Amino acid sequence: MLLTGAEIVVRCLQEEKVDYVFGYPGGAVLYLYDELFKQDKVRHVLVRHEQAALHAADAYSRSTERVGVALVTSGPGVTNAVTGIATAYMDSIPMVIITGQVPTAAIGQDAFQECDTVGITRPCVKHNFLVKDVKDIAPTIKKAFFIAKTGRPGPVLVDIPKDITIAKAEFDYPKSVTMRSYNPITKGHQGQIKKAVQLLLEAKRPMIYAGGGVVLSDCSDKLTKLVRMLGAPCTNTLMGLGAYPATDRQFVGMLGMHGNYEANMAMQYCDVLLAVGARFDDRVIGNPADFARVARKIIHIDIDPSSISKRVKVDVPIVGNLPDVLDDVLRLLEGSSERPDKDALGEWWKQIEEWRRRDCLKYKNSDEVIKPQFVVEKLWEVTKGDAFVTSDVGQHQMWAAQYYKFDKPRRWLNSGGLGTMGVGIPYGIGVQLAHPGSPVAVVTGEGSVQMNIQELSTCKQYRIPLKICSLNNRYLGMVRQWQEFIHGNRYSESYMDSLPDFAKLAEAYGHVGLRVEKPGDVEGALREAFKRKNDLVFIDFQVDPTENVYPMVMGGKGLTDMILSAEDL
Amino acid sequence: MRHVISVLIENEAGALSRVSGLFSARGYNIESLTVAPTEDGSLSRMTIISTGSDDIIEQITKQLNKLIEVVKVVDLSEAAHIERELMLIKVRATGKDREELKRVSDIFRGRIIDVTDSTYVIELTGNTAKLDSFVGAIDSSLILETVRTGVAGIGRGDRILRL
Repeated sequence: MLLTGAEIVVRCLQEEKVDYVFGYPGGAVLYLYDELFKQDKVRHVLVRHEQAALHAADAYSRSTERVGVALVTSGPGVTNAVTGIATAYMDSIPMVIITGQVPTAAIGQDAFQECDTVGITRPCVKHNFLVKDVKDIAPTIKKAFFIAKTGRPGPVLVDIPKDITIAKAEFDYPKSVTMRSYNPITKGHQGQIKKAVQLLLEAKRPMIYAGGGVVLSDCSDKLTKLVRMLGAPCTNTLMGLGAYPATDRQFVGMLGMHGNYEANMAMQYCDVLLAVGARFDDRVIGNPADFARVARKIIHIDIDPSSISKRVKVDVPIVGNLPDVLDDVLRLLEGSSERPDKDALGEWWKQIEEWRRRDCLKYKNSDEVIKPQFVVEKLWEVTKGDAFVTSDVGQHQMWAAQYYKFDKPRRWLNSGGLGTMGVGIPYGIGVQLAHPGSPVAVVTGEGSVQMNIQELSTCKQYRIPLKICSLNNRYLGMVRQWQEFIHGNRYSESYMDSLPDFAKLAEAYGHVGLRVEKPGDVEGALREAFKRKNDLVFIDFQVDPTENVYPMVMGGKGLTDMILSAEDL
Repeated sequence: MRHVISVLIENEAGALSRVSGLFSARGYNIESLTVAPTEDGSLSRMTIISTGSDDIIEQITKQLNKLIEVVKVVDLSEAAHIERELMLIKVRATGKDREELKRVSDIFRGRIIDVTDSTYVIELTGNTAKLDSFVGAIDSSLILETVRTGVAGIGRGDRILRL
């Protein structure tokens, strides 16, 4: 039987067992929306701005093991979506984005709502396709899902001109994909793995540095087992939080620009560093020349060969799928007669505990004014550390990362790579739909939250009971902090005047709004919010406008050159 | 260091812009890039001349391999290989210059493939250095136009780049 292109697209999504599509209709995708209307397997979530559709699909993917799907129209639908696509790309999130395009004959004619979608998105997708024949729709969508979730994951875009959604073809969804040009590696090189195990067994000061790759490949259990077998300290990157349980003694905290003192020190002064699914980026190791100043052996396991030896020279590169490689490592360790050097480890831990005693995350609490760190600590307590937490970008993001102790992977969602303000609420939407009934907190600020505030309307339509904790300091806090440290307190355009009454704004959208001004009311407000299981509650915390994020490694400085508190300035 | 990178890539619309986009986005240098289909029409072969430290060239080959449509990447300059470039050069050929240009062209094993009362078009193949020295050997005021294809490269002997 012949089906239209639009029918084929929807059938493909059904075959992929897609339960939610996040999107926004428009001229070029009308036939697709008509087919969505006629069925009920694939549910559509109507956002208020295409950027949010991408973020929500992205979060759906981040919080599950599945591929998020977004659908937008041509031209402005696509350009609005670009920020969301780039955000997912930078954090290697598997997504499939279906975009409408003007009819084939109109392409290149500067038609209404036309843009070069494939060209515009090329640098921020893992791959993209323009479908020019209705017969190609099914194989292309199959390939898109395959490419998105295999190898180093990433967003894949399929651009479909309107006339192709009307044309007809037989529907036959391919069972499998073979591509001569794309064969992601899975097994790691056995010789290299042996070398790595030997190095780990001989290490006097081992350190394990785990990133978002561990979360994405769902191998936290294997990582945890390895860390415990080795008795080594473990740090997680911002993207890796939850990969190793934060409340475990062997966890030394997040590392990097706002990382824990003990994590950064151990990273710098270890003798064998095992990097797992992390990429030594500029916010993590600071100045690479300073990092290279200390001699250490580096083992780097990653699925993407181009992440290895990109910023830091590596001694033992292992390209492969993390779960497979970690299995091999664990097997060799278990089979070896050698064990890690207990005495050396004892010395190493003595040193680490000494660093840990600096208690780098301590802050001066106040009875007068709410400290933002205090809000996150209370959020952790009230949710018993078991909520999904999304954040926006800025100071509040760092405080959430530092003070909410994530014990499980896929619980912490933020834009680590691109640093996109405005992801908080749409991320919340994606997570909540993927995990109905679970508590979802959005830690945000009055700056970021206004970048996608319109999504409060989406939350109303789909009854998404987020708990939005806005750390309102009336400043674009991270910008203000840098201006304080580097630009002589000249707060150029970082103060926000004329803010709305957020509690009333939330109420206007049909939600519950609370405004909290006193430290004593923080816990009560949070308890009240989480008790209201079916309501979205927006809590506008009026926090200390002068608070800074510590520790901090200034740009260009070495990882151990940390400002620990205001006294160090 | 100068490197000659050969790429086998799916012969599909947009494949070239993925490669050129990669170079500009990551700030890699391209001296020349040539591309045309191979004997198998579904595949194109590219030769890219790039300069950079070993680390950068390593990243370039890794990043090229990451492109979904790239089938194979080889750095030809790692071993014995041949490079050739074609140049068409239009020169003003009048009076005593006519004879001189013909002579220099012969020395470089060039061929004159278009002749008018006042111009020649000379066809010349060779490696980049040879073409450069031909351009250097003739009076620059006589050159009206030059067009070069960029380098095409192939490994010597048993070094074969195919599926």
